[in-house]
Amino acid sequence: MYATTLAGTRHAFPDLKSVLAAATPLRSGDVLAGVSASSMEQRVAARYVLADLPLTTFLSEAVVPYETDEITRLIIDTHDAAAFARVAHLTVGGFREWLLTAEADGQALAELSSGLLPEMVAAVSKLMRNQDLIAVARKRQVVSAFRNTIGLPGRLAVRIQPNHPTDNPTGIAASILDGLMNGCGDAVIGINPASDSVETQILLLRLIDDLREHYAIPTQSCVLAHITNTIAAIERQAPVDLVFQSIAGTQAANRSFGIDLAILREGRDAALSLARHTVGTNVMYFETGQGSALSAGAHHGVDQQTLETRAYAVARAFQPLLVNSVVGFIGPEYLYDGKQIARAALEDHFCGKLLGLPMGVDVCYTNHAEADQDDMDSILTLLGVAGVNFVMGVPGADDVMLNYQSTSYHDALYVRDVLELHPAPEFEDWLMKLGILDAAGRLRDPLLASDASERLLSYRGAAR
Amino acid sequence: MTDSASKPPAVDPWRRLRSATPARIGLGRCGPGLPTRALLEFQLAHARARDAVHEAFDPGRIVAGLNDRQTRVVSSCAPDRQTYLQRPDLGRRLKEADAGLLTPRDYEVAFVVADGLSSPAVHAHAVPMLRATFDRIGDWRVAPIVIACQARVALGDAIGALLGVELVAVLIGERPGLSAPDSLGVYVTWNPRPGRQDSERNCISNIRPATGLTCELAASRLAWLMNAARRQRLTGVSLKDSSSLPALQE
Repeated sequence: MYATTLAGTRHAFPDLKSVLAAATPLRSGDVLAGVSASSMEQRVAARYVLADLPLTTFLSEAVVPYETDEITRLIIDTHDAAAFARVAHLTVGGFREWLLTAEADGQALAELSSGLLPEMVAAVSKLMRNQDLIAVARKRQVVSAFRNTIGLPGRLAVRIQPNHPTDNPTGIAASILDGLMNGCGDAVIGINPASDSVETQILLLRLIDDLREHYAIPTQSCVLAHITNTIAAIERQAPVDLVFQSIAGTQAANRSFGIDLAILREGRDAALSLARHTVGTNVMYFETGQGSALSAGAHHGVDQQTLETRAYAVARAFQPLLVNSVVGFIGPEYLYDGKQIARAALEDHFCGKLLGLPMGVDVCYTNHAEADQDDMDSILTLLGVAGVNFVMGVPGADDVMLNYQSTSYHDALYVRDVLELHPAPEFEDWLMKLGILDAAGRLRDPLLASDASERLLSYRGAAR
Repeated sequence: MTDSASKPPAVDPWRRLRSATPARIGLGRCGPGLPTRALLEFQLAHARARDAVHEAFDPGRIVAGLNDRQTRVVSSCAPDRQTYLQRPDLGRRLKEADAGLLTPRDYEVAFVVADGLSSPAVHAHAVPMLRATFDRIGDWRVAPIVIACQARVALGDAIGALLGVELVAVLIGERPGLSAPDSLGVYVTWNPRPGRQDSERNCISNIRPATGLTCELAASRLAWLMNAARRQRLTGVSLKDSSSLPALQE
C-alpha cells in the first residue's frame, strides 16, 4: 500500500503499478485499460508518492510477476548492481534532480545504463516535464554501427521507407532513388512488405542490395518481415543486413507477436554469421510503440508507458543498430491527439536513451487521430533538439502501403537544416562524392544536382 | 506559386518512375521545403480523409437503398464519434435497448452494414456490394439487414448471436488513407458470438471501385468464403482464401 495526504485528503494506491499508472500524464490508452488516475489531483498525488519512493523499491517489487514473465526475469537477472551503486541511495524525485545536474554528464549516464531497470526510468520520466526529457536525453549519446556510424553528436540519420501497396520493385526503387537524392537513407533502407511471403522478401532484399552495391552506398538494408521469415531468408542465402522484429514489454505480448527471447537470439546469431557488417556489429532493428501490450490483451494492469520502457530492456539485450518507437501509428484509442503523441515521443526517446539504446522515432499519425502536419513539425523539432538518432523518410510523408503519415524526406532536410545536423559521416562522404551535397555539406539545388540525378534516375536494376 | 523553383523542369525525369508507384515521389524542393502545390495537394488529401472519419453516418440512406428488404437500425454503446474513437470496447457492444430488435428465426446468415471509420465508404459502396452478393449466394436464408451506427467489426458477433445465425458478414468503412478515403471492408465470422478473436475472421479489404476491388469481384470472393465456411464450419486463419480471384484488378 502506497499513500499520501494532500491538504487533508488521503490518496492511497494498492501497489507499485497503480502508483506508476496514476502518475502517468493523461493518455487515452491508460483510460481504455482502466488504469488512469481518477482525477487530476489524484494524478499529482501519485507523483508525490512516486517522488518519495527509493529507487531500490523497483528491485524488490516487480510490476509483472518474475515467475511467469521472461522479460521480468531478463530485467532482474541482468541488473548491474555495481553500476546502480552511484544512484542507489536516491529516491525517484532525487534521481530526477540528479539527472538535471552537470554531474550527470554523458559519461556518467553511459556508465549508469546497465544499472537501471526500465521501471526506474519510466518512473522518473513521469515526474519530468517535456523540457526535462529533452535536456537529459540530449546528454546521452548512444552510437551504433553496421556499414556506417549512427548517433554521433551533430548527426541525424534517416531511414528511407519506400513502401508500395503491392511490393512493385520499380515503384520501390523509385522511392529509394528519391530518398537518396534528398540525402536520406543512412539509418537504413527499410521496406515494410505488403506480402508476408519469404520469396517476396528475398526479391526485395536483392533489389536493395543490387542498388547499394551498384552505387557503393555505405548503408544497410532491411525488409521488415517477421523474424522467422528473415531467418528462413538467411537459410536461403538472401543478402540480409539487419534482422527486424516488433517487440513489446511482456512475455504474453511478445507471444502474440509470435516471438520470445530465444528466437530473437537465434535471429541475431544468424545475421552475425553472414558477417556483412563493416564498421560495427549491431545487426538488429527493433520497433516498439506504447499500447501494443494492451492491444494484445497482455498488459497485466500496467500503464502503457511503463510497458513500453520494458520493451527497451528486451532491445538492449541484443545490441541493436536501430530502435524505433512508432509513436503515433497505433491510433487515437492509445494516444488521442498531437499533445499525447508529442509527450509519448519524448518519453520513449528519453527512456530508450537512458537505458543505452540507439533511439529513433517514427513521428507519425493516422487519419482518425486529432493531429496534423503542424503537430509532426513540432514533434520532429523537439526530437531533433533532444538528439534523436534517426527519423523516417517517407516520400511526401504519405505511406501508401501502411496508410498513415510519417515524416518525409523534406521534413528530414528541414530538421537537419535548422539544427545544423549532418548525415552519418560515411554516408555524408558518399553524398559529397556523388555530388548530391556540395563541398560544404549542403544539399545542392535540385537543378544543379542534375548530374547525380541523371546517374541515379538512369538506374535500371529494378527492371531486371 | 510563381517562384521558378517550384516549376517542374521542362522534361520531368520522374515521369517514367511515377507510373510505377502511387507514392509522392519527385515533388521538387524550395530550399529544403515543399513546393506550394505539393503542400496543398497533401492538405487536400488529409482534409478528405478527416472529413471521411467525421462525416455523420446516415442509416436512412442504406434503408432506402434496400427498400425491397427488411432492415433493422441499431447502435453500439458509443454515443458519439469522440467516444467511439477512444473507446473501441464500447463500439463492440450493442446498445442494450436495441437487442429487442434482433430476434432469431431460421436464418443462416446476417449482413451488418457498419459505419466504422468511413461513412462515405458505406454510403457509396454498401448497397451495391450487398446487391452483388445477393445475386451470388443462392439458397442462403438471409436475416433482416442490420445497419449499425458507431460500430466496430466485433459488434457483428453480438448481432449474429442474437439473430441465431451460423455466419455474419460485417461490411464496414475502413480507416481512410490519404489516397483512399472511401474503402469498404468485409469481415466474415463463422458461429458469431461475443469474444471471437480477429484470427477467427476472414477479411476482404480495399473495396473501392475507382482504384481497388469492384463490388462484383468482392461479392464473388465473399460468396466463395461463405460457401467454404459453411462446408468447413469455420472461418479465420484455417480457412485460406483459395478462390483464385485476384486481390486487385490488374
